[in-house]
Amino acid sequence: MSAAGFLSQLLQLAIALLLAPLLLGWVNQCRAWLSNRSAPSLLLPYRMIRKLFHKDAVVAENASPVFRITPYIVFGAMTLAAAIVPSLATDLPFAHAADAIALVGLFALARVFIALAAMDIGTAFGSLGARREMFVGFLAEPALLMVLFTASLISGATSLPTIVETLAHRDIAIYPSLAFAGVAFTMISLAENARIPIDNPATHLELTMIHEAMILEYSARHLALIEWASALKLFNYSCIGLALFLPFGIAQPGADWLAILGAIPALVVKLAAGGFALALIETLSAKLRIFRAPEFLGTAFLLAVLGMLVAQLLGG
Amino acid sequence: MTSIALSQLINPLAAVLLLLAFAMLAQRRVLTLVHLFAAQGFALACSTAIVASATNQTHLYWSAALTLILKVGVLPRLLHRMIQRLDVRWDVEGLINIPITMLMGIVLVVFSFNLAFPIAQLASTVTRATLGIAMASVMLSFLMMITRRKAIPQVIGFLSMENGLFFAATSATYGMPMVVELGIALDVLVGMLILGVLFFQIREQFDSLDLKHLEKLKEGE
Repeated sequence: MSAAGFLSQLLQLAIALLLAPLLLGWVNQCRAWLSNRSAPSLLLPYRMIRKLFHKDAVVAENASPVFRITPYIVFGAMTLAAAIVPSLATDLPFAHAADAIALVGLFALARVFIALAAMDIGTAFGSLGARREMFVGFLAEPALLMVLFTASLISGATSLPTIVETLAHRDIAIYPSLAFAGVAFTMISLAENARIPIDNPATHLELTMIHEAMILEYSARHLALIEWASALKLFNYSCIGLALFLPFGIAQPGADWLAILGAIPALVVKLAAGGFALALIETLSAKLRIFRAPEFLGTAFLLAVLGMLVAQLLGG
Repeated sequence: MTSIALSQLINPLAAVLLLLAFAMLAQRRVLTLVHLFAAQGFALACSTAIVASATNQTHLYWSAALTLILKVGVLPRLLHRMIQRLDVRWDVEGLINIPITMLMGIVLVVFSFNLAFPIAQLASTVTRATLGIAMASVMLSFLMMITRRKAIPQVIGFLSMENGLFFAATSATYGMPMVVELGIALDVLVGMLILGVLFFQIREQFDSLDLKHLEKLKEGE
């Protein structure tokens, strides 16, 4: 393990933890602008997390230890994922711990625990949210795997840094397989991050909630960790998308300090554009009925599989 | 050099054709189906023109122009008029629900890619890789004709199958002779007109365009 690799790993982790709430604030601000409302402050997610950390936690009487440890597990899983996804540099010591498939497993671990915690309290809304989450999850996960398989088929590896290095070194051209995979990935990220066609993150109506219904019982530091973890999840998904489909500007191995520092503005610009695109998609589309979700995610799966087949047939 | 750059464009266009075939398979509305059919015709005309300029085959320019006029201009307009005259803008009901149809479509695509692979190995055209996609779009149009109950989507399936066959001909052998192509174009046009007349007859007889009523025509019941 090189010292530079270790330092770029630390820098990337710190940037992920710090920028994740900012990305969420940016998306909310863009959404407000696009729907002609006055925008909330960009720093609102930070303030909310700080406020929640200062409060006293209230835990239901019949809560089991699962309910208490879930926020830490979810936050830990998302932080580990942020360490694995190459967003600034590809020379990451942590990335050898898990390849693309294990990364999907890491997201699944967080999902299972949050669903267990939601059912643990025994409220109606909690188990309703948990069931819906698993329903969406079991449709989205195979599609996500197919997208990652498309990328690994092209680069011949399942480790994310190798995939990114291979993809970044190809000549600029239109690759149909990657275009299919990109559209599929966008649809999957919308579903996984509880965004509008599947779930509305800003809703106050419990009957239509998915993600929000699961965390209704959480308060104070637990809620702060979960909110931070979902901001991190959005950040991670954006970084996976950028790494797979726009891998330009990510520092290659053997790069000096300047290249790694230069990757930061590139990342910020790409994330800002991605966040605006997300807000645009959310503003333009309406929430689907929950039973339309299989169709939406089925299309994503179809596109991902088509991408893989086309990669096989046309050679990338 | 330009021909190499152009032939780079054939693969994305083939992928677009495949995508449009799937979109037609999943589409519920008749009018959108017609628009998708026109888009497929446009993609087909573009890819034919690109193959023509990449290989310097002048007769392919003619067939590209013919495709453009017939499949982007005339046929969609005829279909539009028919839909308006028959007043059938309702949502199309499939026999099987859409996610399952899509999964069947994926199986068909895998099947035809495998089928086309040995043929493509033998071919020496620049477009040989796209033969699998052409066969897949033929198969998908077949599937669309099988899973739809109403007459108009079935006809659109038939027309898009012809698109797939045309694409297969371009990608396997740089297109058919001009006489054959003109003949097919005329056939499609006349077939369309006859089917149009048939639609009115079917509706007059059964007050519906649902083809399951045709089963009543069996003897001995």
